[in-house]
Amino acid sequence: MTESTTTETVQSIIAELKDKPGALLPILHGIQDALGYIPADSVPAIAGGLNLSRAEVHGVISFYHYFRDTPAGKHTVHLCRAESCQSMGSNALEAHVKNTLGIDYHETTADGLFSLEPVYCLGNCACSPAMQIGEEIYGRVSAESFDEIINDLGVEA
Amino acid sequence: MSITVYISGDSTAISIGANRTAAAVVKEAAQRGVEINLVRNGSRGLYWLEPLIEVVVNNERVAYGAVKPSDVASLFDADFLNGGQHPLALGSVEEIPYFKKQQRLTFARVGITDPISLDDYIAHDGYRGLKNALASSQAEVVKQVTDSGLRGRGGAAFPTGIKWNTVLNTPSEQKYIICNADEGDSGTFSDRMIMEGDPFVLIEGMTIAGLAVGANQGYIYLRVEYPHAHKALNAAIAKAYEAGYLGDNIQGSGKKFDLEVRLGAGAYVCGEETSLMESLEGKRGLVRFKPPLPAISGLFGKPTVVNNVISLASVPIILDKGGDYYRDFGMGRSRGTLPLQLAGNLKHTGLVEIAFGMTLRELLYDFGGGSTTGRPIKAVQVGGPLGAFVPESQFDTPLDYEAFAANWTVLGHGGVVAFDDTMNMAEMARYAMEFCAIESCGKCTPCRIGSTRGMEVMDDIINNVDREKNVVLLRSLCDTLLNGSLCALGGMTPYPVLSALNHFPEDFGIDG
Repeated sequence: MTESTTTETVQSIIAELKDKPGALLPILHGIQDALGYIPADSVPAIAGGLNLSRAEVHGVISFYHYFRDTPAGKHTVHLCRAESCQSMGSNALEAHVKNTLGIDYHETTADGLFSLEPVYCLGNCACSPAMQIGEEIYGRVSAESFDEIINDLGVEA
Repeated sequence: MSITVYISGDSTAISIGANRTAAAVVKEAAQRGVEINLVRNGSRGLYWLEPLIEVVVNNERVAYGAVKPSDVASLFDADFLNGGQHPLALGSVEEIPYFKKQQRLTFARVGITDPISLDDYIAHDGYRGLKNALASSQAEVVKQVTDSGLRGRGGAAFPTGIKWNTVLNTPSEQKYIICNADEGDSGTFSDRMIMEGDPFVLIEGMTIAGLAVGANQGYIYLRVEYPHAHKALNAAIAKAYEAGYLGDNIQGSGKKFDLEVRLGAGAYVCGEETSLMESLEGKRGLVRFKPPLPAISGLFGKPTVVNNVISLASVPIILDKGGDYYRDFGMGRSRGTLPLQLAGNLKHTGLVEIAFGMTLRELLYDFGGGSTTGRPIKAVQVGGPLGAFVPESQFDTPLDYEAFAANWTVLGHGGVVAFDDTMNMAEMARYAMEFCAIESCGKCTPCRIGSTRGMEVMDDIINNVDREKNVVLLRSLCDTLLNGSLCALGGMTPYPVLSALNHFPEDFGIDG
């Protein structure tokens, strides 16, 4: 995406949502949905649109785990670390995932295919361990099924 | 005439293959030239049987499960569309003991109706509560809810009617209803099941709340981790607007109620009501001091009802059948039913809605079937990541807010996570501190700094560095967190930590 269309996208999202009460989170979601992250250079525009300081906007972006200020890989693996998943062996799965992808949490593979993020519960606790990739949620994930899912996504890409 | 086939569109069912099973059924039906009407319903909550298929035969529903795509051809061969015999046949779901023994009030429609069909909702007793509410005074509606004994199902168990009454009696041009749908506790998924499986019941509950207290704007603060619930809610809200169940003139009454879903952004602390309101206002989710109570000065400084999904979704049946009907379920001061969620290392995970009063042991073994690994259950964590670990010696505690509190345990939102004897409870205590450190909003010192110090102290205990001394330090730190934190995140992190230490000292390398 070129710089000018990025700015245009950001501006149109701000214009569309800025009059909602408490508009900042909807705007940040809108930008992240459209661009995959919230570019640093969109902060002044958001601040201007909402009559906030840049520090306030930055503070909100950095407070929430879900918002990111750098592009993610093509697929982001959200791996659940919470108690229910731990009770079904997610610690071993976590080690396998990190080892297979060769990255730690908050990192992206060198080929830009996968980012890895921890998540604290997907509400899928009846079928732990769980993970989410895009809008797909996977339950009873094992090392084998993880490899299959990742291979399929890698081939697709 | 085409045959109606139900396959759950619930996200947990999908997570174990319901979409692939549904696609296989559609494909096989097309190949065989059979016409079917596929409905993606909510889940019945018997997750070990998902993906579950139900077929309507002679006006009765016959179930098959768990159905993998590779089973589909043989189901057609066995003429399952007419209830044919097959190794996966289960008969009627309603006759399966796990389901039959339940008392489904709030979940009456989940798994039965098409979640986003308003006609289906109305045909199954939907919007009867609203009709009664429209014919009553505001005070009468609040009284029904008070009389029902309903207490906040999000975990704090505060009487819903009292909260509503405060908002009703606080004069203001603008009031708000907020649904706290930031279901972040591990082991809980009942909010998600309602939102995906029967979103209209939540919309109806919020509309009744709005009418009762004089609020014309509602927000559902939904966690971003629930994309399926987001879609279902938005689809149902659009239909409710079209049919005049939301908007400027609800069912010709001249009363107004608008409703919008807002997404969170992965902050656990935003499930705390004041932090949630800060987030809705577009700020960092920092916890506010109380007082003022949200019921007096809440969202944008206006009187605000903040209720959990299950609390609000229980309102329609209370207004339909009366507060007394609901109150007649339960025990002691815990009235009505609690949708319990069986999670983690259990054979039969799922949703069990039942009156308060059954023991934890019955829940774990009669419903849950014991651990799925076949090993002894060492402990269960009830009430989410801030709930205590309950050892086997306390399994006979009845599921009741006061009975749990008497044991220094937490019933909370009714989430139950079971752990077998391979789990090390010192590791779990360390994780509780780590979780608090990651999710702390940072406003109060005990939580912000205490959680990180707690993690370090736990590391030393685990690594046998000055162990005895550090256990003393850990207890002192927990005392500070417990008594000095601004909200439940810091204030209740000691529950899992100290319960692990007190009940499983051997895992910490010390004598009991």
